[in-house]
Amino acid sequence: MVLKQTPDRPHSVWLTYHAAEAITAAIIFVVGLVMMIDGYRSGMGWAFDGPESGYFPFRTGAILFISSAVIFLRTLFGKHRNDKLFVSWDRFKQVLYVLIPIALYVLVTQFVGIYVASAVFIGVFMRVMGKFSWLKIILISVGISVTLFWMFEIQFMVPLPKGPLESLLGY
Amino acid sequence: MEDLFNLFHGFAVIFSWYNLGMMAIGLVLGVIIGVLPGLGGPNGVAILLPLTFTMSPTSAIVMLSCIYWGSLFAGAITSILFNIPGESHSVATTFDGYPLAQQGRAGEALTCSFTGSFFGAFFSVMLITFLAPLVAKFALKFGPPEFFAVYFLTFASFIGTGKDPFKTMIALMIGFGLAQIGMDSVSGSLRLTFGWSELLRGIDFLIAVIGLFGIGEILLSMEEGLKFEGKDAHINVKVVWETWKKLPKYWMTLLRSSAIGAWMGITPGGATSASFMGYGMAKRFSKDGDKFGTGQMEGVIAPETAAHASGCAALLPMMALGIPGSATAAVLLGGLMIWGLQPGPLLFIEQKDFVWGLIASMYLSNVVGLIIVLSTVPLFAAILRIPFSIIAPIIVVVCAIGAYSVHSAMLDIWFMLVFGVIGYIFKKLDYPLAPLVLALVLGDRAEVAFRQAILGSQGALSIFFSNMLVGGIMTFGILMLFWPAISFAWDKVRGVDPGSHERRKTV
Repeated sequence: MVLKQTPDRPHSVWLTYHAAEAITAAIIFVVGLVMMIDGYRSGMGWAFDGPESGYFPFRTGAILFISSAVIFLRTLFGKHRNDKLFVSWDRFKQVLYVLIPIALYVLVTQFVGIYVASAVFIGVFMRVMGKFSWLKIILISVGISVTLFWMFEIQFMVPLPKGPLESLLGY
Repeated sequence: MEDLFNLFHGFAVIFSWYNLGMMAIGLVLGVIIGVLPGLGGPNGVAILLPLTFTMSPTSAIVMLSCIYWGSLFAGAITSILFNIPGESHSVATTFDGYPLAQQGRAGEALTCSFTGSFFGAFFSVMLITFLAPLVAKFALKFGPPEFFAVYFLTFASFIGTGKDPFKTMIALMIGFGLAQIGMDSVSGSLRLTFGWSELLRGIDFLIAVIGLFGIGEILLSMEEGLKFEGKDAHINVKVVWETWKKLPKYWMTLLRSSAIGAWMGITPGGATSASFMGYGMAKRFSKDGDKFGTGQMEGVIAPETAAHASGCAALLPMMALGIPGSATAAVLLGGLMIWGLQPGPLLFIEQKDFVWGLIASMYLSNVVGLIIVLSTVPLFAAILRIPFSIIAPIIVVVCAIGAYSVHSAMLDIWFMLVFGVIGYIFKKLDYPLAPLVLALVLGDRAEVAFRQAILGSQGALSIFFSNMLVGGIMTFGILMLFWPAISFAWDKVRGVDPGSHERRKTV
């Protein structure tokens, strides 16, 4: 079997597994702490009629706190340290190429409605990632938005976010 | 006898054009969802759930469960033809399925896996037909302590059977934490909202499922830079018939995998571990065990049969106890609550049409499903040849619409995005997602059961050991909870390197 050649340059080693593991554990640690504090605030003990409402959150937080601490320490001082690459910068850029557009898509949806935003999102994605011709892009992106509109607004009567274009058309 | 009568009644319920149509739509959608990267059983059902709000519960569950069966069938298509498991439970199918396809025997491999799936499903449905009513009848005697004990056992067995107990624990607790956000259903006070009024209604599990499984998977596929280059699916009546003639030889594998799958489905082991176990056992007991991995039909039958058996069996505890055995079953359970049904043993008494209609539909839909997948494989394989740069944005749009339509809230789409990032990181770091979803769906109910139990005993925890039944379940649960520690200690005593199991598992 031929080993797959990775196109990544050596200096693009960016984040190793144990670093990612430790950072994640640290974040969960903080989440556990926040939950414990909120649980303490709303009462973590026993009232005359049973457990108070913070009883469960406090304990849930405490278990998160302990488990993540174990993983954090195990990652830093454990025997089997996994120095393999978690994700290289080159690969992570690919993830950002889709993550940032999705965030923009959600943001734009708030102003122009989901149908227009979807058509634009699909179109831009196809253009940038797939280098399709404009004709194909317009056919597919607009076609899908119109289909979705027909399905949700007309067939199933589930209202989705709409913007100025839809109100211009009388919806 | 009474069960058979009920079953016939169930068939009478689903034999309407509308319900049969819903079944066909569900199966086809399920296969498409199973083939597409980023969409699978749990989030596919979650996205379509809002569309069923206005349907009758029986039609809705028939359609959604058929999506589940369709996606179970579909996992094999991508594994065999493209060497890419469309679903995590079909990873083991790639071991022998893809080599078979490379030898030009894709048709045989597909026929094997579909028929195996069908067999496994049939086994589990039979089990459900006769066992579920008994379990439900038994569970009618359950009070809050017993229910909490069963919840506890469910959660603990994730830790007992999972890879890394600490990560499973974290996944469970995050699920619980998310379930606690919003109004406390017992006292009415606000928890974990931090004064943010949008958090008042809590975080819906559907949003979490769509984000974790859908967006997370898209991010992962982007990073891996997927390119689909697959083998052609030549499948015709002759190939199917020739393969079927060979199948009776493998009756032992079929039965063994069905039994493993059914067991793993009822206990929340999940289809993924069931398929690996089925494959491992077949390899051990087969006389061609050393040839596994080079394209053995048994190596395709074993994991697929186990996966489908476990997927079906996961509905048994969901119907009889209100405790789902898999992530998709958890989403279906959430659907029950949305349609206004109270999950639990009373379903078998109060909602006979619903329960038996579902069971009858499981028989029928697996037959219909087998015919659909056998006759239309090339069509579904063609979906994968559509470039990822078209598929990916469409899946994102579908996910966003699904997330919005749950509560008609814009904020939910943002939450979906956050869950997507969490899903991406968790998958890469091997945090299990199924326990998180299950804890999120069941968290409230488990907490209420605990608090009611403890109210009855005026604060004494001894209520959970007050009789044989509840004490037995609790003890078993505690055993499962500490199982990783017990096996670790046992290895130490015997002088084996305790880490060696784990490493072997990952190889």
